[in-house]
Amino acid sequence: MIELADLSLVSWSRAQFALTAMYHWLFVPLTLGITFIIAFMETIYVRTGNEEWKRMTKFWMTLFGINFAIGVATGIILEFEFGTNWSAYSWFVGDIFGAPLAIEGMLAFFMESTFIAIMFFGWNKVSKKVHLLATWLTAVGANLSALWILVANGWMQDPVGMFFNPDTARNEMQNFWEVLFSQVAVDKWLHTTSSGFVLASIFVIGISSWFLLKKREVSLAKKSILVAAVFGLISSIYLVGTGDSSAKSVAVTQPMKLAAMEGLYNGEEGTGLVAIGLLKDANTDRSSEPLSNFYVKMEIPKFLSFLAFADWNAFVPGINDLLEGNEEQGIMAATEKIERGKVAIRKLSEFKEAKKNGNEAIARALRDELTSEQFKEEYFSYFGYGYFTDVKDLIPNIPLTFYSFHIMVALGFLFVALFALSLFLLLKKDITRWRWFLRFAVLAIPLAYIASMSGWVVAEVGRQPWVVQDLMPTMAGVTRISSGSVKLTFWLFVVLFTILLIAELKIMFRQIKIGPKH
Amino acid sequence: MLENLSHLALQHYWWVIISLLGALFVFLTFVQGGQTLIYTIGKTEGEKTLLLNTLGRKWEFTFTTLVTFGGAFFASFPLFYATSFGGAYWVWLLILVAFIIQAVSYEFRKKPANFLGAKTYEIFLVINGVAGTILIGTAVGTFFNGAEFILNDMNQVLWQNSARGLEAVLNIHNVALGATVFFLARTLGLLYFIYTIDDETIVNRSRKRLIYCALPFLVVFLFFVIFLFLKDGFAVNSETGVISVEPYKYWNNLIQMPLALVIFLLGVVGVLWGIITVLFRNRDNGFLFAGPGAVLTVFVLFILAGFNNTSFYPSLSDMQSSLTIQNASSSRFTLVVMSYVSLIIPFVFAYIYYFWRAMNRKKITDEEMNNESHVY
Repeated sequence: MIELADLSLVSWSRAQFALTAMYHWLFVPLTLGITFIIAFMETIYVRTGNEEWKRMTKFWMTLFGINFAIGVATGIILEFEFGTNWSAYSWFVGDIFGAPLAIEGMLAFFMESTFIAIMFFGWNKVSKKVHLLATWLTAVGANLSALWILVANGWMQDPVGMFFNPDTARNEMQNFWEVLFSQVAVDKWLHTTSSGFVLASIFVIGISSWFLLKKREVSLAKKSILVAAVFGLISSIYLVGTGDSSAKSVAVTQPMKLAAMEGLYNGEEGTGLVAIGLLKDANTDRSSEPLSNFYVKMEIPKFLSFLAFADWNAFVPGINDLLEGNEEQGIMAATEKIERGKVAIRKLSEFKEAKKNGNEAIARALRDELTSEQFKEEYFSYFGYGYFTDVKDLIPNIPLTFYSFHIMVALGFLFVALFALSLFLLLKKDITRWRWFLRFAVLAIPLAYIASMSGWVVAEVGRQPWVVQDLMPTMAGVTRISSGSVKLTFWLFVVLFTILLIAELKIMFRQIKIGPKH
Repeated sequence: MLENLSHLALQHYWWVIISLLGALFVFLTFVQGGQTLIYTIGKTEGEKTLLLNTLGRKWEFTFTTLVTFGGAFFASFPLFYATSFGGAYWVWLLILVAFIIQAVSYEFRKKPANFLGAKTYEIFLVINGVAGTILIGTAVGTFFNGAEFILNDMNQVLWQNSARGLEAVLNIHNVALGATVFFLARTLGLLYFIYTIDDETIVNRSRKRLIYCALPFLVVFLFFVIFLFLKDGFAVNSETGVISVEPYKYWNNLIQMPLALVIFLLGVVGVLWGIITVLFRNRDNGFLFAGPGAVLTVFVLFILAGFNNTSFYPSLSDMQSSLTIQNASSSRFTLVVMSYVSLIIPFVFAYIYYFWRAMNRKKITDEEMNNESHVY
């Protein structure tokens, strides 16, 4: 059976993965969005022949190049970390997870790396139109790269299109299209890439606003704001839509995550959506009545029920319903799930034993039982629960999930307003005279990063304790290695990535200060 | 169409793809090899800039090939991915660090306010060139010499040596492969300089230096190959899956697969001709022979490791835990899906070739460095 690692190893492995993932995510969203903004600008240049658009394209391309290099540097570690730190998980899911990853390499990475070289160095080597094509393909390649890794991530949140093979002790793919087009995977890709578009648009508007505040490059800055505001406004409205769709998927596939996002302990029909709230000690008081987990909160009545299930009176389960069960609503108690999970684990163990001892008849009978639809539905779907003894371990970190979710949503709506206002001031007023707005636009850049990072915290912290929803707990996926080794590599990465981040920021600030080349 | 292939045929097909990616990666380490020579060949700032720019336009291919190699291994042979990466923790982590510092160095080196100074980024590139090639070569050496691991009944890896993979350097044959990759990368790097740079001083210096890289390469390569063909290997019984030691296994593999023998010889001749044509015929296009030659040679070495009922990742702690292309692979269904996707590979190669040619049509010059808007 899978040997469980000690908690210190699990915690350090999680910390290392979180660290590398978060550092990587500092750079990816800008890449996803700014490549399109650059492509728009270059398209205008090719169509009009106006050199200012070329200068603009090259300026934003320089900033993109600085950001891209460190994105690549932090990205390679993530791919290999699945193996180095999560090897039990890698085997358990490799048959499904590996395929998107390999496709990503073959299709998207080569596209990106081939055309990015032309984009940077091909100005005098290929025709204008081929260069433009290369720029567009870099943008498409970057976003396709994101597709496959997010499909894999989506599968971990909602494992579909597979069956468990007791002989190999892993999940095996049964239906590729189900994996690729699962609602969670599609939502995840659309929501994540559009969040990148929004962040990049804010980045461009913010830096352009800085130029306007300094009364430099006024024409170039205004044109940049125009492109970014249009792209940003469309993307942000789309982002809200995909966010809504994601929440609906979460309500069905990960009800515990939804409850954590809302700090909802006791479910009810017609549940309200917490607009603003200050949590009490949310992790301990399991018997509390609704409201008592908040010092203060402002709620939009019945809105959570509507958002999650498109029905104002739908029942949204709370943490207590999910742990203790709710017969009326047909929710099984966590203790029952744990029991069923233990049965699945025991059966698999007996099968392995029979196989090892050469008891063919017993092994065959157990294999038939393990792979039967009934067993799958009644027992195997709770396999991961079998590793738990205390139901409290099934609750994710509520304050972190709750606040991250609310920060993300609030900032998301703020950005819609920012784009709309940018366009209004640019087209109907003289934006250079609205200095408070320009200052606000500069400040919005870090806010965009906070919103983006919060989104991942909701997705990844909110799904704990699972690495594969209901099937594999995080503690079972870890590589057996001394926690000292992981501690050492964690600090190694802290130092290395922090140094590189400082370098990146200093170079970026300097390049912005220098401005576009004449 | 592909659904009709047997699981075994698909496993072989994917081992061919892995071998091809591995071979391409080793060829593309000419970027790493070139990086180790920036101080030897580039004496002035202008020369160094030329060298780093001709390499810098290709570094991403090497990087991407490494990432795709890892991804393809994960997808097609996940048990190897889980066992080797999870087990030989320190080797892979060090390799990764060597590549992390490479990725930023080209872009950051010449930029104002780069925090660490140009020199530091150049040293990062040298470290990547030396450590990246030697460590990867040494790690691949374990395909032939094995590693200390046990797999439990859930295929969980239990590594048996606390050095977590670093113990591979204690085996001279592993190290010989590391040194071979290192000197091959340097040789290819020099050939690449000669082929792509229009600067007499750099080209002359590279020509003079070539013999000092090519000779050690030939010595360690010969040592590695002779050792390989004389050593025992780990054979797998195709019926029972039982692993056993077979004398001269890799030599037997080469003889029993005549096509592999032919490709191997072609590859070796290609590399030698690439060196000879530059050294003794004063040509500048040796890279065009040595590059493909390296691809063919390394491709066959991977084939020898996995084909013909051979364990490609032998366990020295528990022989029956050894990995073969049969027991380490993905399910048949997954391999079929990925095989369909792999049909796009020729198209990918075609556009890479087309654009690579478009970008390299003219040799890189000092003048271009002064006029180009994006210079590393």
